Amino acid sequence: MRVAESLNRALHEVLADDSSVRVLGEDLLDPYGGAFKITKGLSSRFPGQVLATPISENGIVGVAGGLALAGGKAIVEIMFSDFVTLAFDQIVNFASKSVSMYGRPLRLPLIVRCPSGGGRGYGPTHSQSLQKHFIGVPGLAVYEVSPFDDHRELFGEMLARGEPCLLFEDKILYTRQIFEDGIADDLFRYDVLPQAGQVTRVYLEDPEQADCVIIAPGGMAHRALAAMRTLLLEREITCLLLVPRRLYPFDVAPLSPLLERTGAVAVAEESTAGGTWGAEVAQQVHSRLWGRLRRPVSLVHSAASVIPAAAHLERDVLVQDTAIVRAVQELLP
Amino acid sequence: MQEGLLEKITEDLSDDDLGLLLLIRHFERKLLDLFGQGLVQGTTHTCLGQEYVPVALAPLLGERDFVFSNHRGHGHYLARFRDPYGLLAEILGREGAVCGGVGGSQHILSGRYLSTGIQGESLPVAAGVALHLRDAEPGALALAYVGDGTWGQGAVYEALNMAALWRLPLVVVTENNGIAQTTPTSAQMAGTIGDRARAFGCRFLHVGSRDIGEIRDGLRPLFERTREGAGPLVVEFATHRLGPHSKGDDTRTAEEIRRARDHDWYPREGATVSPRFARMDAEARAFVEVVAGEVLGRPLSAREG
Repeated sequence: MRVAESLNRALHEVLADDSSVRVLGEDLLDPYGGAFKITKGLSSRFPGQVLATPISENGIVGVAGGLALAGGKAIVEIMFSDFVTLAFDQIVNFASKSVSMYGRPLRLPLIVRCPSGGGRGYGPTHSQSLQKHFIGVPGLAVYEVSPFDDHRELFGEMLARGEPCLLFEDKILYTRQIFEDGIADDLFRYDVLPQAGQVTRVYLEDPEQADCVIIAPGGMAHRALAAMRTLLLEREITCLLLVPRRLYPFDVAPLSPLLERTGAVAVAEESTAGGTWGAEVAQQVHSRLWGRLRRPVSLVHSAASVIPAAAHLERDVLVQDTAIVRAVQELLP
Repeated sequence: MQEGLLEKITEDLSDDDLGLLLLIRHFERKLLDLFGQGLVQGTTHTCLGQEYVPVALAPLLGERDFVFSNHRGHGHYLARFRDPYGLLAEILGREGAVCGGVGGSQHILSGRYLSTGIQGESLPVAAGVALHLRDAEPGALALAYVGDGTWGQGAVYEALNMAALWRLPLVVVTENNGIAQTTPTSAQMAGTIGDRARAFGCRFLHVGSRDIGEIRDGLRPLFERTREGAGPLVVEFATHRLGPHSKGDDTRTAEEIRRARDHDWYPREGATVSPRFARMDAEARAFVEVVAGEVLGRPLSAREG
């Protein structure tokens, strides 16, 4: 099953299971079913629960916040995650603050889905990975879709959290198959660690045996796997890949034994350079494991650049598997 | 009815309405006094001169209705809950604070009453609440207070568009006091609020009166229509802010301030003209003193959870 189908199926189940959940966004109605078809079929099956909206990101997220405030639950689709900047006020100043600024915990079950990332030639305003701008906001959780996850469970976890959640969905993943039965490909296996909020661990034969740990969110999974394959076959370097379901809050402590064993850690993400999620993770790793690291944590991210539309220029800016290979090689000279 | 207010207050106003008006007036005055003594943290925005708006609206609202307030919301809160202790404790960070002292003057949640500190932010949220009410609790409405300056925010128009499109039970009350912090409305707004509301197909009413009975009679049927599914209603009160924006930041000329005072519902001479007014005025003043003394004697507030 492709990731897009898996997300779509999960949303169908969420709406079927709980009539208080509403899905809002632009162009969601059938037969179109959303720009990436993640909401396809929902409006036909649950007409009262799906609301197609005007082009008003700030307004839509505010309406969703109001629904959640009044006792409902809301899932918003931002057509391209780039547009979530228009809803920054509602996310940062209203929804995330409301859960605690009134002096007592307030439940605000709200998910803002953000199709993100480049690789499709959509150009500078339709290709960004804006996760880093939402890291460290009190009362706001940031998730990223991975091909290893049970997406029904993922939506359930976010709604149960009772605070606003952003869900980044790498658009490239939509067309890829989800991984099943613990098998990533012909070389690598995976399992899910309950620690640190369900981190997927991808390994070659024995998770205890690795030369290096790569921490990367779900949109990076295939590039990380390709890098791991190259490193193994060409350099005989074995990597352990950790894919967190939740990027923030993120506590590296439960993963420390795994990181300590290798002493070599790389963090890979598609956000452009500067003030990144990876830098936050690296800081945590350095604080806990300084002295047991062979080298400073290596950061892999896109260039500090707008994301060009032309394929060859876009490729130069965005993280490729070769960048991960290079980073790991530098960790293990 | 602009100039006949004194008479109305002394003769027609119920004790309940007059008591509430005076409670808000003396609460706000006391707050500025406490500010002067350095007892109020940060900033606070009083509604001096605008008290009659929430007092007029109070009986038009039921328990199931949501009220969204803004930064100038003490009167909105007191008109809904008549709880000066909780509000003052919130502003002073003392035990019994409505929001544990975390929210302060501008960020208050109590039951179906909520204020946010960002201009225009509450309108889309109020539309979302109205959407929920429309489907889950028909007959209830969401009312959002905004100032004239808030009409500069895009969120207002996104919300009005959706509210009109979906025929939401939303009432937007604009307290147009002619000045946004220090910027006169004439320097920050093109066209009119009425034209903007009508452009979205919203029903609109301009209220020049400060006569509480007249305001209620005029608004009651419009509120009912909104409850029945007629879609959003925008009400604009032409009102006057007597005090500064927050504490000592009044840039208006003496003449402008005098003009605002000329429109004040609180007739200083009324205290001598009407025995009832004089008595209730003194009672409200004394009560607020008691509230302030009691709240100031409380320990500092603690935050839940």
